[in-house]
Amino acid sequence: MTVNNLNAIEVAALDKWYGSFHVLKSIDLNVATGERIVVCGPSGSGKSTLIRCINRLEEHQRGNISVNGIPLGDSVKNLDAIRREVGMVFQHFNLFPHLTVKENCALPQILARGKRRRDAEEMAMHFLGKVRIPEQADKYPGQLSGGQQQRVAIARALCMTPKIMLFDEPTSALDPEMVKEVLDTMVTLAEEGMTMIVVTHEMGFARRVADRVVFMEAGQVIEINEPAAFFDAPEQESTRRFLANIMH
Amino acid sequence: MTVFDVAPTVAHIEPSAPPKPPHKPLLQLFFGDLIASVLTVSTGFLLILMIPALNWAVLDAVWATDDPSTCRDGGACWAFIAAKFRFIIFGVYPPDEQWRPLLVMGLILAMILASLSPRLWGQRLIAAWIACVAAMLTLMWGGVLGMAPVPTSSWGGLPVTLLLALLSLGLGFPFAVFLALGRRSSLPIPRMLSLMTIELVRGLPLVGLLFVASILLPLLLPAGWSIDKLGRTLAALTVFAAAYLAEVIRGGLQGVPAGQIEAAKALGIPGWKAVWHIVLPQALQKVIPPLTNTAIVMVKNTSLVLIVGVFDMLSAARVAATDPVWSAPYVESYVFVALIYFLICFGISNYSRWLEIRVQSRSYR
Repeated sequence: MTVNNLNAIEVAALDKWYGSFHVLKSIDLNVATGERIVVCGPSGSGKSTLIRCINRLEEHQRGNISVNGIPLGDSVKNLDAIRREVGMVFQHFNLFPHLTVKENCALPQILARGKRRRDAEEMAMHFLGKVRIPEQADKYPGQLSGGQQQRVAIARALCMTPKIMLFDEPTSALDPEMVKEVLDTMVTLAEEGMTMIVVTHEMGFARRVADRVVFMEAGQVIEINEPAAFFDAPEQESTRRFLANIMH
Repeated sequence: MTVFDVAPTVAHIEPSAPPKPPHKPLLQLFFGDLIASVLTVSTGFLLILMIPALNWAVLDAVWATDDPSTCRDGGACWAFIAAKFRFIIFGVYPPDEQWRPLLVMGLILAMILASLSPRLWGQRLIAAWIACVAAMLTLMWGGVLGMAPVPTSSWGGLPVTLLLALLSLGLGFPFAVFLALGRRSSLPIPRMLSLMTIELVRGLPLVGLLFVASILLPLLLPAGWSIDKLGRTLAALTVFAAAYLAEVIRGGLQGVPAGQIEAAKALGIPGWKAVWHIVLPQALQKVIPPLTNTAIVMVKNTSLVLIVGVFDMLSAARVAATDPVWSAPYVESYVFVALIYFLICFGISNYSRWLEIRVQSRSYR
């Protein structure tokens, strides 16, 4: 990555502990604007924790994170600004079950941005159309399939017009036949130039969409490479072992 | 599709209705096995035992009479209820002004009916309730708009029962929310304060709390201060309701997954808005049955205020039965009051069941 001030996300010397467990060990990662990063690695390697630190769902103890030039610190103002820039999609969707699909997408705009209901609902319908489920707008999340719920979750995040999207294992909780519809939505998003960090084991997606693939193990970044090199000629022994395991 | 050269054909089966369960013959239903037989026999026995009570309540009862002395035989004296109806319902409220508490009860009923559908729940409804309660208290107190002032010591009967139940639950609820949130807070001072309040109030019997409020509190207040007795009683009931509601609500809060707050944070929703719009509605939906339970218990708890001399419906019924003209018809009085309590509580219970079904219907296809 050439020019530093274009970086959407800068993570420098990041350390995090859960109690005495050292979960992230001096992580450095810069993500350029418009770049698509796929993070993979065995479970417990700290991939989710890493992206959850970026919008402070987890607090780190050492090191620096900045998002579009805004340093993440104890300043509430900065944190609010960062969460404006960053959208997140969760493994278990985390839709609000007591609200309809449309309300799920509209209410956060009203509560966080003070938008008028009509404008918020218009925006909600726009993005529900983009993830191709506008006809489900008046249903409750519990009435949808997992794949549909995850697409609603993506629409809900997009309604806040983020510049960066974080995906935390978005397809891991889905039945196999629903993985494709969610990945297709993410591919569309990537093609439109969204800056994305995706934690996933979907290697097909990584090969097709990622600009760089990050491999983590035991809280450390082991290898960062472009997908062709990463998959065909991994540099590290542990990367090779991991790939052999998940490629069968 | 590499395994099969030709897709295997599967016979198409039309969807059909499930078979009807076979009808059990009556004899088998009542005496099919040992448990059924025992239940049938013991239920029959109980029914036979109840025949004298039925005789007393219906066949031997005196339904209407102008002469109280006809009520001295074995039957129930329902004529007494007819004669004392107004007194039991309105207590010692001045008879010429009893249209006011009647109007208050009408208002309560109208507001409850208007609040049934969750679709209408919101800030406007809360504002309407506050305005309505103000109107009700004005009606009861009088002293304005040409209505004669009536001190709270003259209030009585069903309106007092309803107002105490409604206000103690209504005022206790917001306190309960704060106590429940406080108890789950990561800040030590709100957590300790909530915990101490809840445990202290739950550790005291309601009767004790009522005594403290009605007898001790006036002694502890500086000279010249006075709070109305009904107000003190209401305060005690409110604190009591708040402590119990808080524990119920806390249970609901624990049932809301952490992912909900994480999603709200990631979307940038400010903390208290997330609690109000995202967490609380879900928490409350999860605890409809225990909330109903607490509401019913509180409606009936209001009858304990008779111990400190507040003239609620039960007190009115008791006093009515002491009229020497009638032959001490305590049982009739209590049965009548019990019936009214039952109707109120049964209504609450049915409503909560309807609410639950509505909530559940959202999560199934």
